[in-house]
Amino acid sequence: MAKLALRGVVKRFGEATVCDGIDLDVDAGQMVCLIGASGAGKSTLLRCINLLEPIEDGEIFLDGEDISVPGLDPHPVRARIGMVFQNFNLFPHMTAIENAMLAPRRVHSKTRVDVRGEIESLFTRFGLADRMQNYPDQLSGGQQQRVAIVRALAMRPDVMLFDEITSALDPQLVGEVLDVLLALKAEGMTMLLATHEMGFAREAADKVCFLKDGNVIEEGPPSQIFDAPQHPETQRFLARSK
Amino acid sequence: MTRREKYDAAQRRRSLVIAASSTALVILALIILVPMAPGWEKVQSSFFNRAVLAKSFPKLLDAFLVNVMIFAWSAPLIGLLGLLIALARDAKSPALFPLRLFGAAFTDIFRGVPVILTVYLIGFGIPGLGLPRPWNSPYIWGSLALILTYSAYVAEIFRSGIDSVHHSQRAAALSLGLSERQVMRDVVLPQAVRNVVPSQMNMLIALQKDVSLLSFIGPVEIFRQAGVFKSLLANFTPYVGAALIFLAVTIPATRYADYLMAKQKRERR
Repeated sequence: MAKLALRGVVKRFGEATVCDGIDLDVDAGQMVCLIGASGAGKSTLLRCINLLEPIEDGEIFLDGEDISVPGLDPHPVRARIGMVFQNFNLFPHMTAIENAMLAPRRVHSKTRVDVRGEIESLFTRFGLADRMQNYPDQLSGGQQQRVAIVRALAMRPDVMLFDEITSALDPQLVGEVLDVLLALKAEGMTMLLATHEMGFAREAADKVCFLKDGNVIEEGPPSQIFDAPQHPETQRFLARSK
Repeated sequence: MTRREKYDAAQRRRSLVIAASSTALVILALIILVPMAPGWEKVQSSFFNRAVLAKSFPKLLDAFLVNVMIFAWSAPLIGLLGLLIALARDAKSPALFPLRLFGAAFTDIFRGVPVILTVYLIGFGIPGLGLPRPWNSPYIWGSLALILTYSAYVAEIFRSGIDSVHHSQRAAALSLGLSERQVMRDVVLPQAVRNVVPSQMNMLIALQKDVSLLSFIGPVEIFRQAGVFKSLLANFTPYVGAALIFLAVTIPATRYADYLMAKQKRERR
């Protein structure tokens, strides 16, 4: 059974159909990359999975449980799904470590003492040990994004969603963030990424899905998608992205 | 020193000299010309009378303490009530709809009515119901009138502060599993309050001045005290003295608010 499964997910904003019946499976421990032009529906799909946007039709299953039932309390579901955003979205009025401790304290009703040790070791692991007491505006983009990842990991999520997390970074800072993803993959985290980093997707993904106009046009292992794309749309997109 | 630095330094010296001399000229002209104006002596003895000022100033200062007192107990209550009204207006749960309605009506009414009218209505009206001492004190009901009026404005400023927090902050907090309430308390409000500090400073300055409206319903604060001296000495200098005391407080406060606003603008860049 897939860790995360989407069946016929439809999302509309007014007249515009952004997701047009998307089917997708992410198995436990897999890293799946969504690629496609801006506006193809990648980000919206991630927001729908995290229940930040209600879907019009279809189902979303997390560990076999339908989390898209209308009226379901979204908060405990979101606590199980980590999400990292393009623009980091750290809380600017809190230090890095306070950012990471907030949700475990509030949602899991733990004290600072309970969670500090575990969170400090996450910071240390991702090279941020000396940055814990800094405010976001004192950190580089790459550091901020790593703090945002730590903040999501602090909730011990079942699945992690990454929404173009390197798109707002200077090119020389992209590597340090992608390294974090590789480390997470090595320890078996289930991950779904929307990304423009084709090189990284080819190297690290277990499966790549090409989206266009709210549809999955083609999916498969990176070797197939990048080296032998079947669909003409995929071929055209990849030719342009080179 | 590079030649550019030399040139800039010379330019700076030159501007400084020109500004200083032109200012000195204007001041000199005022000192010489104003006393030559017809009727100046009359103006001077009526508005800028040293003897009257010396006589009234200490008592004016004492009376100003009453203003400070009323201000000091009203301001925190205004902050608290303003925040509650702002939150009430943003309440989302259907059960709290009446609260939302109340918040909207409250701000509409108290922003729409002249302050002096509210002061009369509550400050005269309620003690007029025949309440026993000390509950008929105009200090209580006059302060309440100010609190209600200013809370309405302060609430709107808090609301604009809440709106100014980018929606991505809400999304990030929700994505971690926080409830709407926790998002508001831990993420949105702290940023919103910080964003509106300069605007709220300006409300405090306005409040400091409007405390004088309570003089119409009894309390002998500085404006009323100046009026007493005016009648007693048949001279307007006490009003000028009162104005000076207000300015001594409001000018530094306004400058500080401007400084905070400029600082915030720099940080947002």
